Amino acid sequence: MPFLHADGLALLLMALTTLVVGASALHGARYLRESEAPRRRSGLLWPLLVLLWAALCSLFASGHLVVQYLALEVTALCAVALMLLPGSRASREAGRRYLLCTLSGSLLVLPAVVWLASRQADLSLAALAEVDVAPWWLALVTAGLLIKMAAFPLHGWLPPAHGAAWVSVSTVHAALVIKAAFFMAVSLWTTLAPEAASGAQLLGWLGAAAILWGSLLAWRQTELKSVVAYSTVAQVGYLLLLFPLLFGTDDEVATLAWQSTWLLVISHALAKAAMFMAVGSLVLAMGRGDLQGLSGVGQRLPLSLLVFGLAAVSLLGLPPSGGFTAKWMLLHAAILAHQWQWVLVVGIGTLLGAAYVFRVFRYCFIVPEDEQAMRVPPVSLDIIALLLALAAMGLGLAAAPVVALMGDAP
Amino acid sequence: MSDNPGLLLATLATSLLVAPIIFLLPERAWLARTSLNLGAALLKLGLVALMVWGVARGDSYAFGFTVVEGVSFELRADPLGIMFAGLSSLLWLFTTLYAIGYLEGSDNRKRFFGFFSLCVASTLGIALAGNLFTFLLFYELLTLSTYPLVVHRGTPKALAAGATYLRYTVSGGVLLLIAVVALHVLAGEVSFGQREILAELGPEQHPWLIGIFVLLMLGLGVKAALVPLHGWLPQAMVAPAPVSALLHAVAVVKAGAFGIVRVVYDVYGIALSYELGLLTGLAIIASFTILYGSLRALAQVDIKRRLAFSTVSQVSYIMLGISLFGPMGTVAGLAHLLHQGLMKVTLFFCAGNYAEELGIHRIDELDGVGRRMPGTSLAFTFGALGMIGIPPLVGFLSKWYLGMGAIQAGMPWVIAVLVASSLLNAAYFLPILYRLWFKPGPLEGSGEWPHERRLGRLETSAWLLWPALGTAAFSLLAGIFAGLPLSPLSWASLIATQEYLP
Repeated sequence: MPFLHADGLALLLMALTTLVVGASALHGARYLRESEAPRRRSGLLWPLLVLLWAALCSLFASGHLVVQYLALEVTALCAVALMLLPGSRASREAGRRYLLCTLSGSLLVLPAVVWLASRQADLSLAALAEVDVAPWWLALVTAGLLIKMAAFPLHGWLPPAHGAAWVSVSTVHAALVIKAAFFMAVSLWTTLAPEAASGAQLLGWLGAAAILWGSLLAWRQTELKSVVAYSTVAQVGYLLLLFPLLFGTDDEVATLAWQSTWLLVISHALAKAAMFMAVGSLVLAMGRGDLQGLSGVGQRLPLSLLVFGLAAVSLLGLPPSGGFTAKWMLLHAAILAHQWQWVLVVGIGTLLGAAYVFRVFRYCFIVPEDEQAMRVPPVSLDIIALLLALAAMGLGLAAAPVVALMGDAP
Repeated sequence: MSDNPGLLLATLATSLLVAPIIFLLPERAWLARTSLNLGAALLKLGLVALMVWGVARGDSYAFGFTVVEGVSFELRADPLGIMFAGLSSLLWLFTTLYAIGYLEGSDNRKRFFGFFSLCVASTLGIALAGNLFTFLLFYELLTLSTYPLVVHRGTPKALAAGATYLRYTVSGGVLLLIAVVALHVLAGEVSFGQREILAELGPEQHPWLIGIFVLLMLGLGVKAALVPLHGWLPQAMVAPAPVSALLHAVAVVKAGAFGIVRVVYDVYGIALSYELGLLTGLAIIASFTILYGSLRALAQVDIKRRLAFSTVSQVSYIMLGISLFGPMGTVAGLAHLLHQGLMKVTLFFCAGNYAEELGIHRIDELDGVGRRMPGTSLAFTFGALGMIGIPPLVGFLSKWYLGMGAIQAGMPWVIAVLVASSLLNAAYFLPILYRLWFKPGPLEGSGEWPHERRLGRLETSAWLLWPALGTAAFSLLAGIFAGLPLSPLSWASLIATQEYLP
C-alpha cells in the first residue's frame, strides 16, 4: 500500500496518541464537570478529540506526502476548534491568533507541496527518496512547520493559547499536536534532504535558542500555566537538536540521536500531559492561577503536587525518568560527534529547567499566613495524571524495548 | 549478571517502598508511621548485616538489566559498597529515632518522613550501585529528596538555603552527567572494579582521561564540600537537626566522598590515578580544604555552623587518605568514612538537643550546660575528642593511619597538615568542652538558659537523648575494638588488601 506504512516508530507514536487522547478524554469528562463548563460546549470536546486522534494517527502511519499534509491540516483545525471551546474572551483571542499562525504556516507548506506535485507524479515518500529538492523548497516547508511546532522564534502564539484553553485540551496540544509538525519535518528531511548538513546545523542553533529563551521565560512567569507553556517552547528546542546530529554524522551518532529524540518525544508527551492535568487540579483548588496562590497547597493537595513533581523530574531529564535516558543518549551522540556546543546547551538548559521548576516548588513550601478555603478536586483526576507521570518515569529504566521498536536512523 | 538478587532488592525496597506508604498515611497516624519507620529501619539493618556476613564469607550479590544498548542498571554488594550501606542503615535507625522525638508535635511530619525515607533509599542505592550510571541515578535522586528536607521549615531563610543547595548540587549533577557520558563514549561501560578497561587505553587517550577525571571531581566535589564548592553546606544548617545529622554523616556529603572513592579505586584504579598524576592534585585540594574548613570553623559563633565547617574539613580526610598511594592511606580514608559519620552524627544530635531543650544556638550560651544535661554533654565530649584525634576514640585511628599512609606514599608534608589541623580541631572544640564542664552556668546562678522547655523526665526527651548516647558509644567501641573482625578498621583493611593485591 503506498499510503500506509506502519513501522515500529509509527506504531509507537500511534499508541502514544491513543493513550494521551484517551487519558485527556477521561480527564476532561470529570474536569469539565468540576469546573462547571457549559454542557453545550463541553459536549463538543469528545467528537473533536476523536477527529484529532484519527488525524494524528493517519499522519504518523502515512507514507505519502499529500496524506501527511492533509492530516496535519485537519490536526491543526481540530486543535484550533478545541482551543476555542471555553468561549472566554482570552480563549477567543488566543484561538484567533493560533489560527492565523497555523494558517500562515500552511501558506508556506501548501505551495511547496503543490509545486512538487506539478513535477512529480508519485508523491509517496518511497518515490520521493529518489528526488532532490532545491534548498529554497526545504527552507519554505521547514519554516511553515516550525511555526506549527512553535519553534523559537515563531513560538509567540503558544503560551496564550495554553493559558486560555481547558487543561484537557492543553494536554493533547502540548503532548501531540506540536509533535505532529515535528514528525512531518523529520520525515521530509530524511526523505528529501539527507545531505543537508548545514541547514541542519542552523535548525540546531534555533533549537538551542529555544531551550535557553523558553526556559528563561518560563522562569519569569507569574502564572502557573504559563510556566508549563514556556517549558514546552524549551522542550521543542531539545527536539530540534536531532537535526544537526542526524544529518552529516556517522551512523552510530545518527542512531543514538534518532532514538533519543523519539524517546524524548514520548516521555515529554506523557510528562507534559500529566503536568497540565496536575496544574488543572491545582488551579481548580486554589481558585486562582498565579504562583503566589500555591503556598500551603502541599498539605491540601499532596497528590497533585506529587504528579507535578514526577512530571517535572522527567521534563528536567533527571533520573530515573524517560527524559533522563533520552538526555543521556543525546549527550552521548553529541560527544561522539564532537559537537560540543550541544553538550553545553543541554547542560545550561538543565540548569535553567531546574530554576523554573524549583521556583514553583519554592512557592509551595512557603507557609501560608492565613488558612484559605480550598476545594479539593476529585482524586480520580489525579489518578489519571499520576499514571501518565509514572509511565514517563518508568520509561527511563525500561527504555530498551521502546528503543528497539524505533529502529536505527533512516 | 544476577546473583542472589533477592536480598539486594529487598534491602533497597525496605526504604524505597516505605516512602510511598508514609505519603499515603494520614498526618495524624503517628503510631503507624513511627512503627513503620522503625520497623523498616530495623529490617534494613538486619538485611544489611546478613549481606555483610555473606560478603565476608565470599558470597556475591548482584542484580542488573540493560537500559539501552551499552548502558545497564547494575546493583552489586562489594566490600566497599556494603561498608557504606552498613553505615547508612545503622545511622538511619538512630536518626529516625531522633527525628521522631525532634519533630514531636510539629507540622508536615508526613512529608518529612516520606522524603527522609527516600533520602535514605538513595543513599543505599549509591552504596550498592554497580556502575557509574546506576550511581548517578541515585545520586540525583538524593539531590531531589533532600531539597524538601532542607526547606522543611518554609521560612525565607530555609528557602534561600534550599535555593543555594540546589544551585550547587544541580550544577554538580550536570557536570557529573556530562563526565559519565564522556567516559562511556571513551571506554564504553565500566562496572566498578573493572579497572583494567581504563588502564588499557593508550597514552593518546590520557588527556581525555585527565579531563574527565577533573569533571568527575567537580561534580562529586560539590556534595563532598571540597573548597571552593562547599558554599551550600553551612547555609543548609537551617534544616532541622536530624536532617543536618543525616546530611553530614551519611547522606549528601558522604555520597560525594564515597563517589570520589569509587572513581579513584574502582573506575580509574589507584595505579592509573597515580600514573596520571591525579592523586597529587587531589591531595593538595584535600589538604587545603582541611585547613580552610578548620580555620573557618574557628571563627563561627553558632554551634551548628561551627560543626558544618568542621564537616568541610573532616570529610576531606577521606579524600586525603585515598590520595595517598599505598594501602595505609586507603585504610585511613575508608575507615574515616565510617568514623566521621559516627562522630558527626553524635555532635549534631547533641547540638539539636541543646537547641530543643534549652534554646541554645550559640557557643557562648553553653556555659555550665554539662551539669544540666550531662548525658548529651558526655556524648558531645566523645564526639569532639574523637574529632581532635584523642585515643582510644576512633578519630585517633584515622589520623594515625593517615600519618602512616603519608610516610608510605613519600609525602611527609601531609603530616604537617595533619598536625596543623589537629591543633585547629582542638582550638575550636576544646573551648566548647571547657564551657560545657568548667564554666559556671545558670545552675550556679550565673545568667539563665535562653529558652528552657523540659521535654522529658531525663535531662531531655528520651527520644533525643538515647540516639546521641548510642552513636557516641559506637564511636568509642569502634575505637577500642578496632582489632576485631567486622570493625570499621578491619573492614577498611580488607578493602585495601583487595585494592592493592590483584
